[in-house]
Amino acid sequence: MAYRTPLARVRGLGSAHEGAQHFWRQRLTAIANLFLVSFLIWLLMTLAGADYATTKATLAKPQVAIPLLLLVLSGLVHMRLGMQTIIEDYVHSEGRKILALMLNSFFALVVGLICVFAVLKLSFGA
Amino acid sequence: MAEARLAIERPLSPHLSIYRRLINMVMSILHRITGAALYFGTLLLAAWLIATAMGKEAFDLVGAAFAHPIGKLVLFGYTWALVHHMLGGVRHLIWDTGRGFQIWQINVLSWLTIIGSVGLTLVLWAAGLFLRGEL
Repeated sequence: MAYRTPLARVRGLGSAHEGAQHFWRQRLTAIANLFLVSFLIWLLMTLAGADYATTKATLAKPQVAIPLLLLVLSGLVHMRLGMQTIIEDYVHSEGRKILALMLNSFFALVVGLICVFAVLKLSFGA
Repeated sequence: MAEARLAIERPLSPHLSIYRRLINMVMSILHRITGAALYFGTLLLAAWLIATAMGKEAFDLVGAAFAHPIGKLVLFGYTWALVHHMLGGVRHLIWDTGRGFQIWQINVLSWLTIIGSVGLTLVLWAAGLFLRGEL
């Protein structure tokens, strides 16, 4: 510790340059997901066997759409962080690792956008 | 380029396969596997949402795929992975507070995770099938 510059100590980011951000976001979204996934399970139970019109009308309700959007955001941040850890653990070649990390971000973004678009369309359009 | 090429044959430290399987170790591995499975499982949620947004035809198609025995099996696995990862997450959150690190506590928490996840999944599916009138 004595060898670190005062600036490095104040920044508190350590050698990976991101400090505890990854850890903290993982926990923050984990706790959010506990509630949001419970909501999803409840929602799926109420929609078990429901027809198209009922499902559509239910998903368009603000009290359903808003938690669903929160779930998508929180869930995808959480899973992107988790997959990042898996990639960093198992992919050792630098090039392949960067490629995998990029694909990880793309996947989370695309899946997230599909879900968000669908929920917003059900709420505002069609 | 910057990678150090130190491919000299050195003895490696012993890895997973040589250890006696302990319950907390199995739960740790399952936590990662279920997490990775859920990662791709979000495609199921995305498919369901976008199909509903696209119209009745797409909705019925996805509904039929989910109702197919194989679809049901995938959804059952997805449910278990979700519940298991959730309970495993709670276990980790408890550990994050510095509590629960006695050996017996670790074993109890680990067993509760697997028993809880299997039990809850069965309860949820029984309820779901009952609500659909299939049970």
